[in-house]
This record gives sequence, structure tokens and C-alpha cells, in this order.
Amino acid sequence: MPPASSQTDPAQTPEGQKLSGDFVLARLTALQGTLTEGDTDLTGLTKLDTAGAWLILTEARRSGALVNGATPAQTLLLKAVKDALPAEAKSVRKPRHVHLLERIDQIGHGTADAAAGLARITGFFGQVVARFAGSLLHPARLRVTSLVFHMQETGLNAVPIVALMAFLIGIVIAYQGADQLRQFGAEVFVVDLIAISVLRELGILLTAIIVAGRSASAFTAAIGSMKMREEVDALRTLGLDPVEVLVLPRVMALFLMLPVLGLIADLAGLLGGGLMSWYELGISPGMFRTRLLDTDVTHFLVGIAKAPFFAVIIGVIGCFQGLQVEGNAESLGRLTSRAVVQAIFMVILADATFSIFFAAAGV
Amino acid sequence: MMENVVEVRGLVNKFGTAVVQNGLDIDLMRGEVLGVVGASGTGKSVLLRSIVGLQKPDAGSVKVLGVDVLTADLKATRARWGVMFQDGALFSALTVRENVEAPMRVQFKLAPDLRASLADLKLAMVGLPPKAGALYPSDLSGGMRKRAGLARALALDPEILLLDEPTAGLDPIAASEFDTLIAALRQALNLSVFLVTHDIDTLHATCDRIAVLAGGKVLVTGTLAEMLKVADPWVHSYFHGPRAHAALGD
Repeated sequence: MPPASSQTDPAQTPEGQKLSGDFVLARLTALQGTLTEGDTDLTGLTKLDTAGAWLILTEARRSGALVNGATPAQTLLLKAVKDALPAEAKSVRKPRHVHLLERIDQIGHGTADAAAGLARITGFFGQVVARFAGSLLHPARLRVTSLVFHMQETGLNAVPIVALMAFLIGIVIAYQGADQLRQFGAEVFVVDLIAISVLRELGILLTAIIVAGRSASAFTAAIGSMKMREEVDALRTLGLDPVEVLVLPRVMALFLMLPVLGLIADLAGLLGGGLMSWYELGISPGMFRTRLLDTDVTHFLVGIAKAPFFAVIIGVIGCFQGLQVEGNAESLGRLTSRAVVQAIFMVILADATFSIFFAAAGV
Repeated sequence: MMENVVEVRGLVNKFGTAVVQNGLDIDLMRGEVLGVVGASGTGKSVLLRSIVGLQKPDAGSVKVLGVDVLTADLKATRARWGVMFQDGALFSALTVRENVEAPMRVQFKLAPDLRASLADLKLAMVGLPPKAGALYPSDLSGGMRKRAGLARALALDPEILLLDEPTAGLDPIAASEFDTLIAALRQALNLSVFLVTHDIDTLHATCDRIAVLAGGKVLVTGTLAEMLKVADPWVHSYFHGPRAHAALGD
């Protein structure tokens, strides 16, 4: 017999088995399956922990055998483990097989959940509008400090990144446009290209996307962690409305600041485009200005008019997801990322809707 | 017989200008339950964090089971101590059963169903109902969270159990059940327990020895009976206050 494994293997005796060596968690995998039916003698054990005791006792219970020879300390341990053993043999968990029917069921549930979520966020939006109307009727209830703070946080602090982004987009459009238009000898139309694309679409859309990434996530994280630490409940018990205290200042700050950021983006985009046309096509700033003034001002108005709508979408989604956070840290992360994805998606969806609307209205 | 499983010598911990520990010595002997008390801000939790290597002290040495916590590789030692933080510190993204399995995953390779059975055993040993294993920590009451935290601390059958205010925030019945539980487990599992607490009932019910922290050092150690004779004003008012009289039944 190989002596290497005999140290802890149970040795068979006429009455049952005599255990020796360490019966501990670290060796549990090796020990599993070595026990046989019959009474168990523990006198040779050098170490026993709860895992070892569990193994011995589950085996003994299955075969109805006795466990003998425990020291007083081991007896205490065995008793504690025995008292804690589950009542019946534990059921074997089978890997769940997902049937086609269950998949359809899941799709149904998913759709129903999505519809319910849409209903809830619409309800939340209604609540925000109602509080907004309330604060118009009673301006004293408006939280000015909070509003100004969030205007700085979401507006002023976003200016550098928004301006830089728009400046670069202006350069890209001028460069790409010039390349194409030069083939027709229509270089000068690059000004119209820049003006229309930046003022009407890109300036405000990309600003909204950046703000969605910056502020929707910040709103969800801030309100969500307040929710986790029961600060939101504390507000309610003080008779303060979380929508009025937390949500309204944030949404209003975005509502006021996003058009301003959009204007800054427009200016930076034109600046970038203008510089690039000058450098690449030799269109002088004076000429650029003349052509720019020839384009219809409605492009700018259409662009900037979308800003408040985008602001409300971003603010409401960010705050709503924050208020959905539950007790655990994981839900905070999940909802923050959901807020950003939803906000960006909804902004683009709204932009597409506006395009159709303006096309139909002939603007 | 009087082997020290934890040996802290000359511990100094500073935070900026605030000196929390200033040359603190403390021992935990094998098989005993040591209660550590002290006013708020006397560094009880910092001491516990220093012992398990979470807080790097500015000076001094910490030895656990003969291993220098400050310099040695702690992988093996971590399997020999269990820590229960205030309010359990359960991983909120895992179920209670998975929380108890977590230390086993880190230290040993075990089959998943075996690990689950052992986790269920530990949960039953700390008095949690079988269905608690599948719940998330946020679904549990404060008392159940503490029990789950204890089950996780006991997952690897440690020799040393370090508890940070295990009964804080529990109702008196739950707190006294917890005291009984610790006393029973300590007997059954042959634990040495380092117990930070404010609760005089817990001291009375579970502790063999009590250490009082003050001024960055251990002011006095001894049994509860010895504490009652200490003249220091803080110790006197702690063990002779109205709550103490109620708890000690005199």
C-alpha cells in the first residue's frame, strides 16, 4: 500500500472506520468520498474543524452510524455542527435549462417592465412640471442657492470641454467639406456647410451628448447615494419634497444653461470652421462673415430652440434614475450607466423627431 | 498555556497632529475573550484595523500567531483570523450565502455545491434561517446582517475572531442573543476573541478580560470584578454608571 495517502485515509476496522490526521477545510476536497458506512472512531484525529465535522456528521447521518472517541472539545464542536445541519438532505441544484417558452416569457416580462418604466418616468416628469409650476406661483419656494450651484456645476464648468469639442468639430467639417467641394470648384460653399451643420444640428446635439455624459451621471450618482444613505427619506420626514429640493434645481439649471452652452458651441464651431477655411481654402475672415450673414438665421434658431427640450430630457432621466437606486452599491453603478445611455439615446431620438417636425413644418 | 495569539507592542498611530495610539501594548491570549472599551475617539477601531494590517502604524510592532503583520505576507494568516466590521460590511452585490463563500473562494479550491453546503452550515450556526442565504444584505434586518457578518468571519474556522462593536445598534434581545451566540461559538470552535464594544452587557456576558483604552495606551486590564475597583474617574463612571448598575445587577 502506498504510505503517502494512508496518513489521513480512514482505516477500516471490523466495527467501522478509524479516522486519523487532519479533518479540516483545506483538505476537504481530498477527504470527500473517503468515508464509508459504519461507526466512526475519532481517537486518531489530530485536527478537526467545522468543515471536517460537517463531512463526518453528514456521512454518519446518511448511514445512521455512530461517531465515537471525540475529545471534549471535539464533542462541543460536533454538537454545534449537528444542531446547525439542515433538516433534510440538501437538494441538488440542477443547471437551469431555458426553454423557448421561457424566453418568450422573458421577452414579455421585459416589454411589460419597459412599459411600466416609461409610465413611471412620465409620471415623474409630470411631478417635476407640477413642482415647477408651483415654484412659479410661489417663487419663494425656489431654491436659488442650489439652482446657482448647479448652474455653475453643469453649465459654467462644462464650457471648456464643450467649446473645445465644437471647435474641433468645426475644423473637421471645414476640412472634409473643403475636400469634397473643391472637386466642384465650389469651395466657398463650405461656409454654408459649416454654418448649417453646426448651427442647426451638431453644435447643440453634441453639446447635449457631452452634458448627458457629464451631468446625467452626476445627478444619478449624487441623488442615488443620498437615497442609499436614507437622506431622501430624511427629507420626506422633514416635510420637504425631494423633487422640489433635489430634482427641480438640477433640471432648471440644465434648462437655463444648455442653451447657453449650445450658443458657445455654435460660436466655437464657427470659429474652428472659419480658421480652417482660411488656412485650407484661403477664405478670408471677411468673406466668411459675408457668406455667413447670407445664411438663413432660422438654422441658428432651430438649433438653439431644441436645447431646452434636451435639457429637460437629460435632467429628468438623470434625477429619475438616481431616485431608483436601492440599498446596494451595485444598483448605483448600474443606474448611473443606464442614466447616461438613456439620456443620450433619448436626446438623439428627440433630435430625429425635431428633424421630421421641422421638415414637415417647412422650417 | 498562556500563549499570546495577538501581541501588540509600542503601537503609535497618528492622524495629522492627532495622536490616537502612543506606545500601546496589548495581548490577546489563546482561548480568551478580550473586551476592549474606551471613550469614543480613543482608537478602538484603529487598534483593530492595525492588528489585521489595514492601518499601517507609525511605530510599533503587531504580531498575530507569531507572524509580523507589518512585514510578512499575510495570505496564510488571513485564513486564521476572521474580522467582523461594524454593521457586517457585507458585500452588497452578493447574496448572504455568496458572502460567506467569499473567503473560501479566496483561500481554497472547493466544488461549488460543497462550498454552498458549508456556507449554509455557517449561516445555521450563527442562527440565520435557511432562506436567508439567498437574500441580499439590503434585504436583512440589522441583527441579521450582523449574524451574516459573523458567519463570514467564521467561514474559514479562524483561530482568532476580531469583532468591532458586534451588538451596537441591536435591540436588547438581539444583543443578548448575540452575546450568547459568541460565547457558545467560542466554546465550540475554540476561538480567541478580540471584542471592541461599548456594551456593558456584552462585557459582562462574554468577556474573560477587559482592556480600557485611554490617552493612547491601555489604561488598565483585568476581569470585570477588578474593573469595578479601579479608581480612574472614566473607568469608575463607566463601570459604576446607572447603565452599568442595571447591567451588572447591583
